Amino acid sequence: MKKRKISYKQAIYEALREALIEDKKVVLIGEDIGVYGGAFGVTKGLLEEFGDERIIDTPISEASIVGLALGASLVGIKPVVEIMFMDFITLCIDQILNHITKLKYIYGGKDEVTVPLVIRTPAGAGRRYGASHSQNLEKLFMGMPGLKIVAPSTPFTAKGLLKAAIADPNPVLFIEGKLLYSKTGEVPEGKYFIPIKEGRIVQEGQDLTILSYLHTVALAIEAASILEKDGIKVEVIDLQTLSPLPWELIKASLHKTKKIIVVEEGTLTCGIGAEICARLTSECFWDLDAPPQRVATEDLPIPYSPPLEDAAVPSLEKILLAVEKIF
Amino acid sequence: MGKEIFLKWLRQMYLIRHFEETVERLFEENHIWGTTHLYIGQEAIAVGVCEALKQGDLITSTHRGHGHAIAKGVSSKALLAELMGRETGCCRGRGGTQHLADFKIGFLGTNGITGGGIPIATGAALGLKLQRKENVVVCFFGDGAVNQGVFHESLNMAGLWKLPVVYVCENNFYAMSLPIKKAIPVSDIYLRAKSYGIEGIKIDGNNILEVFYNTKKAVERARAGGGATLIEAITYRWRGHSRSDQRVYRTSAEEKNWEARCPIFMFTRYLYQNKLITPEEEKKIKESVEKEIIEAIDFSLSSPFPSVDTLKEGLFS
Repeated sequence: MKKRKISYKQAIYEALREALIEDKKVVLIGEDIGVYGGAFGVTKGLLEEFGDERIIDTPISEASIVGLALGASLVGIKPVVEIMFMDFITLCIDQILNHITKLKYIYGGKDEVTVPLVIRTPAGAGRRYGASHSQNLEKLFMGMPGLKIVAPSTPFTAKGLLKAAIADPNPVLFIEGKLLYSKTGEVPEGKYFIPIKEGRIVQEGQDLTILSYLHTVALAIEAASILEKDGIKVEVIDLQTLSPLPWELIKASLHKTKKIIVVEEGTLTCGIGAEICARLTSECFWDLDAPPQRVATEDLPIPYSPPLEDAAVPSLEKILLAVEKIF
Repeated sequence: MGKEIFLKWLRQMYLIRHFEETVERLFEENHIWGTTHLYIGQEAIAVGVCEALKQGDLITSTHRGHGHAIAKGVSSKALLAELMGRETGCCRGRGGTQHLADFKIGFLGTNGITGGGIPIATGAALGLKLQRKENVVVCFFGDGAVNQGVFHESLNMAGLWKLPVVYVCENNFYAMSLPIKKAIPVSDIYLRAKSYGIEGIKIDGNNILEVFYNTKKAVERARAGGGATLIEAITYRWRGHSRSDQRVYRTSAEEKNWEARCPIFMFTRYLYQNKLITPEEEKKIKESVEKEIIEAIDFSLSSPFPSVDTLKEGLFS
């Protein structure tokens, strides 16, 4: 397929547009996604092209926006909800936890009960938005059975995973990186899907595995290029699917490198790193040559002032410090 | 309205009453576990509303949902088997009383979260409207749900988009123990409709004719594109909120007063007054309901529990 360079934002826009063209049941629902084009401009132009029955601007009512999307999905619509900032998704947790992720199972797993629903939401610090507009809350959702979670780091994976999420008959939480919207990358011109179960080896190495996703993939790549000068070959993995985690890929990499660092954007305690390290310690203990390490956001509200915010979130320096501990 | 239909309504109300009394007994005999929220005293609402619906219309229900399930057409066998945790239950024993559903007949489920069905019903109405379907959604909830955020958010959107949904608030005066006067600072729930730009009406929920005709009007308006209605149906739950409720927050005089206004008694009296029923017919209805319940009990008791091997089935499509 012919390739060209487009932005992460453009890739998401293209996935949405293709899905809207391919399937009349696909409907976008959210705040300011119409004329305004979404708070980050992802849906700009879609209202003009598809009209207000496909691109539905809502009042500010996050809980019921997601609840309505659930109801619509039960009668055959495929809603793609935009929650403007991931921080606001806390208002929807009852809908997601008690209804969206449970109905299929508690109603007996029957064929006629499907919840083909996608919730798109941007996460991440680094834009000086302060505590209520900067969080990564994926860990809150990773313990919810019945939910798939994806968090792409490149335009290519963003497009392919969003197409797969919309086609999936199950609820999918699609987390977008705020810092990634303007980043560009190669994306083929044709249609493609990326299955929601895989992770991706960004670069191979045999001395250390760094697990990352969203914006932290770039940090891991940077760390790897610095460490290469010291003779440490890092295998960088983009988790890309957070639920279910790509365990086979993770375990195979650890088996090879014997050392692992998990870099996550959310706060440290009870996070993705905690889950991965606990499981690897329990299931792959004899593969470990060093204690598994975690790099995460400090267990604090994200502060506003730039030096404080930068000190609170994962950074290249923090990854290199974690490496020092195990080499 | 023909006599046959009225007798069917009476049978449905009897069936719900007898079903709930049976649930009460089976709970005491340890055949049903957890909790139950019984619908006794409110039968005219479930039956009157569901009888005003057409095939393909949908409903959402509440924690007190056995009556809605029966009125919408869930079989007493599948319902009782579910409450008894059997594989033959309407949700294969996975759901239990607050998580009952049968999508094939448009029953989108009871709900363990107060007001939980409101956004689901509203969204289903949005989905039907977007697909140009001529069906409507009825959303049942109690007076306890009207102070939840999703009530306001959802009714607001139903008003904005003229969605084909009828909200039926069964005001039985108590949200668990909290009397309605301590829960809302206005005299009536239906008045809130005005702020969402939808129709609002208060009716006697123990009078099945009043329930039926007002629902029919609301459903027809919704079907014709005229938008949503909030119906406040005044009623009373005879039993406590749930199993553990000792009802210390109300008097037995008040309870007796409402028992005298029994919806089944009032409708039966109406039928006799208008010569629409004979004692033989009444007897026959009661006997057929008793037979149906006995069959449901036998069916449920002889049904297997779900196999533990199936524990992990059905989480994803």
